[in-house]
Amino acid sequence: MSTESSVTVLVGTRKGLFLATSDDRRSWSVSDPHFLGHVIQHAVVDPRDGRRLLVATNTGHLGPTVFRSDDMGQTWAEASKPPAFRTGERLERSLDKVFWLSPGHADQPNVWYAGGVPQGLFRSDDGGDVWEPVDGWNDHENWEKWAEHPYQGTPDGAMLHSVNIDPRDPDHLYIGLSGGGIFESTDGGADWRPLNAGVEAEFLPEPDAEYGHDPHCVRLHPAQPDRMYQQNHCGFYVIDRPADKWERVGRNMPDDVGDIGFPVELHPRHPDTAWVFPMDGSDVWPRTSPDGRPAVFVTHDRGASWTRQDNGLPERAWYTVKRQAMTTDAADPVGVYFGTTSGELWASGDEGASWACVASHLPEIYSVEVTSSSAS
Amino acid sequence: MKVSIPTPLRSYTEGAKQAEAIGSTLDELLSDLDRRHPGLRFRVVDEQGRLRQHMRIFVNRDIEDDLQRPIGDGDEVVLMQALSGG
Repeated sequence: MSTESSVTVLVGTRKGLFLATSDDRRSWSVSDPHFLGHVIQHAVVDPRDGRRLLVATNTGHLGPTVFRSDDMGQTWAEASKPPAFRTGERLERSLDKVFWLSPGHADQPNVWYAGGVPQGLFRSDDGGDVWEPVDGWNDHENWEKWAEHPYQGTPDGAMLHSVNIDPRDPDHLYIGLSGGGIFESTDGGADWRPLNAGVEAEFLPEPDAEYGHDPHCVRLHPAQPDRMYQQNHCGFYVIDRPADKWERVGRNMPDDVGDIGFPVELHPRHPDTAWVFPMDGSDVWPRTSPDGRPAVFVTHDRGASWTRQDNGLPERAWYTVKRQAMTTDAADPVGVYFGTTSGELWASGDEGASWACVASHLPEIYSVEVTSSSAS
Repeated sequence: MKVSIPTPLRSYTEGAKQAEAIGSTLDELLSDLDRRHPGLRFRVVDEQGRLRQHMRIFVNRDIEDDLQRPIGDGDEVVLMQALSGG
């Protein structure tokens, strides 16, 4: 059954937040910038109420904070207590960026999680106004081993991202550290353990390291929560819990494309379907599309085979799609969206079969998320 | 005393270029500014009490990074963003 969808795409950029809206996913209007000049790391609408919008932001000068809106950006309120480490703590950490936002479990309607640079985890129980550190992670006895601190290898800082919550159990959490690896908690964040077996880390001296890996993006399938996909610095992986070893199904990608990239996005109803945006991880890591030929790749069989999707995309281009800068909507057929470091927003209303440029000449795009309401 | 507010922080002062605050040290002055203009201090000073990397405070036109510096009624305090960014 096909559905018409009214969608709003939230585009976080290095210079502000833009909202692209469409009633049919074919014609679009793009707003003027919100927070012009502010760095928007992530902007997310709460899927539990379809209303509350949270924005993680900082500027070149000012410290990080979170804003929220209940009217899609007509009015904003700043967190009265933004995410921060505890004052006077032993490691004297201070939060440089709020990098990632994840709404909490459906049974905890006001809970949100935030991941930071340095790699702290923070939680709000009131819809994003007051944030507290998740001490079980930030003060874990192994945090200094697992996290990158004080040295941070990633150019924009070592970040905590991909906060995934098991829809069957609000206390079952996964997080991703770039770098550091994937970690799991089964007690609401009080304790954690690495979940990186099977993942390659060619930059580490130990071939079977327990941690230290570089997941770029991790997605848990909402309809089959034992299934997770991981786009890593060293390949593309899938896992079906309770198995604890990842499979590098990215090996099934064409050899001249490879399985390096930043984002992975899922079909909301079909756990075997996922989209990636491969990039060049050879030589000095250009992170542009292999051979400068942009393409999305989709699998419908859990990574066993892949199909190139580049209809409508430029023949040659030299941009990167960052880890938060790709998403899918919930319509049928599914809409797929991505934003580029060159400031272009691309959309497909037919599950990637064809692409159209929604906006160009935006600032560098850091994040793309979508909220939609469907009518049959 | 009046504290000069740079443009990135004027969303907290309703656009005012100067804001009134009291305190016997820079730290107290910034805390009082935050009471009057909630959220301002954390954009300037991190959770460990350190001035953020790209912010500057001038007292009587001298750069000052010690937030415990005593200040008095006759002092001129200017908050400023560092020359950085792009």
